[in-house]
Order: sequence, then structure tokens, then C-alpha cells
Amino acid sequence: MSNETDKIEVALFVTCLVDINRPSVGFATVKLLEQTGCKVVVPDAQTCCGQPAYNSGDRRTTKQIAADVIKAFKGFRYVVAPSGSCAGMIKKHYPELFADDPDMLLEAEDLAARTHELVSFLADVRKFKVDDVEFEKKVTYHDSCSSLREMKVKDQPRSLLAGVEDLELIEAEDREACCGFGGTFCIKYSEVSEEMVDRKIDNLRATGAEVVTAGDLGCLMNIAGRLYRQGHKMKVLHIAEILADMGDKPGIGEERR
Amino acid sequence: MEVTSRQFKENAHEAMQDENLRAALGRVKTGFTTARRTAADALPEFEDLRDQARDIKNHVLDNLDYYLEYFEDQVTQQGGHVHWCSTHKEARDAILKICRDVDAKTVTKGKSMITEEIALNKFLAAEGIEPIETDLGEYIIQLADEPPSHIIGPAVHKTKDQVTELFHEHHQKYGYTEREEDAEKLVGEARAVLRHKYVTADVGITGANFLVAETGSTVIVTNEGNGDLTQSLPKTHIVVASLEKVIPTLEDVSTVMRVLARSATGQEMSVYTTFSTGPKRSDDIDGPENFHVVLLDGGRSEMIGTELQELLRCIRCGACMNHCPVYHAVGGHSYGWVYPGPIGAALNPQMVGLEEAYHLPNASSFCGRCEEVCPVRIPIPKILRHWREKAFEQQIGPKPDRWGIEIWGFFAKRPALYRLMTKIGARVLSSLSGKKGRLKKLPFNNGWTRCRDLPAPQGKTFMEQWAAKGGRGD
Repeated sequence: MSNETDKIEVALFVTCLVDINRPSVGFATVKLLEQTGCKVVVPDAQTCCGQPAYNSGDRRTTKQIAADVIKAFKGFRYVVAPSGSCAGMIKKHYPELFADDPDMLLEAEDLAARTHELVSFLADVRKFKVDDVEFEKKVTYHDSCSSLREMKVKDQPRSLLAGVEDLELIEAEDREACCGFGGTFCIKYSEVSEEMVDRKIDNLRATGAEVVTAGDLGCLMNIAGRLYRQGHKMKVLHIAEILADMGDKPGIGEERR
Repeated sequence: MEVTSRQFKENAHEAMQDENLRAALGRVKTGFTTARRTAADALPEFEDLRDQARDIKNHVLDNLDYYLEYFEDQVTQQGGHVHWCSTHKEARDAILKICRDVDAKTVTKGKSMITEEIALNKFLAAEGIEPIETDLGEYIIQLADEPPSHIIGPAVHKTKDQVTELFHEHHQKYGYTEREEDAEKLVGEARAVLRHKYVTADVGITGANFLVAETGSTVIVTNEGNGDLTQSLPKTHIVVASLEKVIPTLEDVSTVMRVLARSATGQEMSVYTTFSTGPKRSDDIDGPENFHVVLLDGGRSEMIGTELQELLRCIRCGACMNHCPVYHAVGGHSYGWVYPGPIGAALNPQMVGLEEAYHLPNASSFCGRCEEVCPVRIPIPKILRHWREKAFEQQIGPKPDRWGIEIWGFFAKRPALYRLMTKIGARVLSSLSGKKGRLKKLPFNNGWTRCRDLPAPQGKTFMEQWAAKGGRGD
């Protein structure tokens, strides 16, 4: 690897769920980015991408948060988030938010152009090849809605997982159906969400896989929470944890050792 | 129909307990989605066609007055009549007047969402005119006295056993005393009962999938042929359609048709596609003597030029509901008005009022699958979000939800304070969970933990650990 100053600077958008709930995903992300020759910077002024406000109809608060994010991530060549949903918010929705404010629109579009979802950044931009990672498990991958539909992440996670030694990827039925998370949706319409996650879990379990993975922590917490409430024993991991060779850690919601 | 959207949660709760409904919805989920996929994959130009269909509809909506007047001229030239109606009441009254003029006792009806919208059946019945639905699905739910639960499969929520029961109850008076359980024979029974109705009806009412401006034709697509019999056997044919159904040319119709059935049922074309142009001519063997088009605005012109205009591209294929995981969970009746599923969630607040329909745009996980499959690319999630913003501005909806967002927003805008709160929160939740790694209950909100454990935070936040490491990875 070349020396420190030649490295490409990447600003990490940690995502609020990763920050609070599962920092190991953040560290897995840092590790992967460093493996591709990037220097990772974590701007201190970040909190959240603003989706809770945006999806609740609070446009004013969303714009304030978006303006803060735009400011905090100004000037970095790349901004990467280990979440299709947060990256999608920045990339697709920030420009829409400022459509009637030409100065801010330019800034929002500039940030949008520099923002990437982690897995697609690794595969498409950094042409990353997984090397020397072993995970002897049957794994099934859930396509998170925002990753899939807003960020067009579909083949990238599969090809990266294919590079992990001894990992067997088993595709689930209806893998592109929503797991029922949807941010505040799963709390406000808990019963509908439960029905959705139950269908998702039936399909995931039918694969016979031992591990379920995805690129968004929201979906994974939802799936893990329901799996455990039902007494099932699948292990739930963020894809960054598997790719960064951290798959042996306790899964999401699993007992600590 | 009566609006029950306000009780969305209660409706949904009931629906999810209904085993018959769950079985029926399972078929929507797998049957229609697989069929659409196969049909789309078989047509390399499918995506281009969607763009073309969108563009045609956009062009019409940008020039709606022109094409509607063009259409009216052509209908008139062909010997038909166009009745312009702003409101549901005007449309009902116009239809009633036509029926009264021919002294109608019975009316056969092809499937039409607009007549559901204006609650025509109940109205006609109250006026002493018997409406008879001829689409098999519509016929079934008419017997059951229920509204449709899906725009292309109105009785999709009914199982075969329920149909057996309904037919057994209602067909005895026609001499069918045996309880019939075979699907094919059930269809035969309905067909035989309806046959007599077709030939004796005084008026036939159909909807229209398209109104063709250049020829003054109305177009219906069906799979049963019932629409043809409804519109060609009685002496009077009334077409009820909303304004946005107009399409400039026959060529345009053929383009949009190529995405309609493929998106709906996965068929290349529906079995019957029928063009009606004016009443019967002197040398025609059959057809109606009177031809009327009742054109309903019903609040649609107010949508032109607003964020909602894109909704008027809808060609009523049902693909959005076929692919919607919320629809799959709760069924069509939960939405509480004529249009179910994502399109209903986007359209109904405009039609019945946001206060009444508040839940519909909110009860979405924004998964985006509806937009992904919409043949005319309606950005449904964007419109649902538009309604959420309206509701937030107008303070419609539960107060605690709004307060929750405001409190969260207060911290999210103040990184230092936010950092402190998340640090404390993560630690508290982590220690509450002990070694279990998850929590069964939260003290302040059971929305999550009612049916799910909460995976507990690992301990210190990422930002805290990152700072402690001096900004370095492991």
C-alpha cells in the first residue's frame, strides 16, 4: 500500500442506528474501506440523515438536518454509508428537498454525486475483491428496499459474498419484498409490520440458511427482533461484518459471550 | 360507498385475523407478481413502452381540455351524447335521467370503478331500477353486498368455498338447489343466471379503459366478454368514465394497451378488447340504439397542475396492489374506500379528504415496489410523502407521533447534545439487556416490542469509540 498521503479520503456517514446500536458495523466498514486503500475520516458534526423527520412529513426539520449534513460532509471526495437507506436519502432526496433553493440545490447535488452505499462503493468504485476471508456458513441475503430500488444494489453484495471462502449463498423466495421495517412505520403500524416481517422470516428460514445478512441495519434489527421473539436461532449480521471477517462476533440481538 | 379509511388500523386488524382472506391474498401475491415478471421479461421493449405510455398520458394531461372537447365532437358526430358532470351527484342524476327516459327497470353493468366511486348501484336500487353486475367478480361481491377489494379482481378476497355458499344461497330461486363446489361449474351457473339478464336488460352500463379522442370511441378490456354483452344487447348503452381516460389516437391506445394487461395479469392482451363508436348504424346487425358517455370530473381537474397530477396517469392495472406488501397483509377493504393499495393510499386523501384518509399514506414502509412496477411510472411514494407533509402541516394525526419527531429533531440538530444523549441511551439500553443482547420490553413505547425483541446496543456508541481511538479503525 502506498503511503498515508496518497490515500483517498473517504468520509464515513456512520448512520444513527450503527452509531448507537451496532458500532461493530462502523468498524467493519472502516476496515473494508482501509483495505481498498482509503483513509477514513468521520466528521464529528453528523447525527442522522433526517429520514425520521422526512418520512413523518416534517419537511422543515428535515431541511435543517440535511443542511447540517451537507455542511459536515463538504469537500470530501467520497462519502460512504453502510446503509442503502441513508445513502439513498442523501443521494435521491436531498436534491428534491432543495429544489426551490438554487444555492442549496447545487450543494445538495454536489453531495449526492459524492455519496455512495458501502457495498456498491466497494464493488463498483473501488473494484474490491474479498481476500482471505473465511465464513463456513449457509447465508441468505435480504434485499433491502432502499438499497435495491434507490441505490441499485443487487449484484454487488452477491458477487462480494461469492468471494468469501466456504460461504454458501442461498437465495430466499420473494427476497425483494420489504421486511416491514420502514423506519417509524414499524412502530406506528406495528401489527401490519409484524405480518410483513413474519412473511419475510418464513421465506428466510425456508432457505435452511444459518445466517441472514443485508446492507441495512434497520431491516436486520427488525428481522432479528422478530426471529428472537419467535424463538428462532438464525444469526443476523450486517454484510460489512461478514466481508470484514468479523462474522464470528455475536449476531444482532444474540447473547453476548 | 361509505368511507371507513379512518378505521384503517381496526380494519387491518380484522383482516389479518381472517384466514380465508389470508389464503386469498396469498394468491394475489404469488400469482400476479410472477405473471407480470414473466410477461415483462418476454418483451425486450417493455421498459421503453412504459416510458411511452407515461409520455402519452402526460401529453394528454397537459392538454386535457383540448382532447376532451375533441372527443365530445367525435362522439356527437357518431350520433352519441356526452354528459359533462362535475360531481358524483351530477353523474348519478345524468345516468338516472337516461334510464328514466327509456323507462328502464333493469340495468346490466360491466365492471367500472367509477360507478363504485359514485355508489351507483345503491342509488339506482333506491330509485327502483335493478342493477346487475355481469363481471364474475363484481357479481360475486354484489351477492355478498360488499365493495370490491381489488381494482381488477374485485372478489379476489373470496375463496371458492365462500362463492359456493353465496351461489347456493342466491341461485336457488333459479332452480339451482344443489350446492356446487366445482369452480368451472360455479362459473357455468353464474353464466346461465346472467344470460337471461343480458337479453332482458333495458340499459347496459360499462366503464371505459380509454376514450379515444380521434374517433370518439370508448374502449373496454375484459377477460370474460361480459362487457360486450352488457353494451351491445340493451337498447341503451351508457359509458361512465372519468376525464383522464381520454387518449389522443388509436395508435396511442395500442401503445398503452401493451403495458396494461402485462402489468395487471401478465397477459399479453386481455381476452376481449372492445371499441364502441356511437350507437348502432342503420346497416349494423346489432348494437345499442342510444349511446351516452357520462364524463365525470369528481375532483380530478383540481389535481391538474399540482403534485397530484401524476396520479391521473393511472390506467387501473392493479400492479401496485399486486406487489404491495402492505396490501398483501391487510387486503383491499382495509383501505376503506373504492381504491385500495398504493394507488388508493395516494388518491383517496384527495377524494375523501386527508382527515378521513390520514392513515392510508402513512401506512407504508416506502419500499417503493409500487413505483417499480407501475406501467406509467407514477411516483407513488413521493405522493404518499406529499400527504404526510400536508398532514404534518395541518396537524392531522396522533399528537404523540408529532411530538416524538419534534423532540428527536431538537437533538438531531444539535450534534454535541445528541452525542451525549445517544451515549447515555446506548449505555442504559445495553446494561438493561445484560448478557441477553436484546430487550423484551421498552419502558416508553411498545410499538416495537409488542411483537419484536429490541436488539440491544453493543455498549459505547461508534462515535464515542472512534473519538477514544483518536480517529482510527481497529
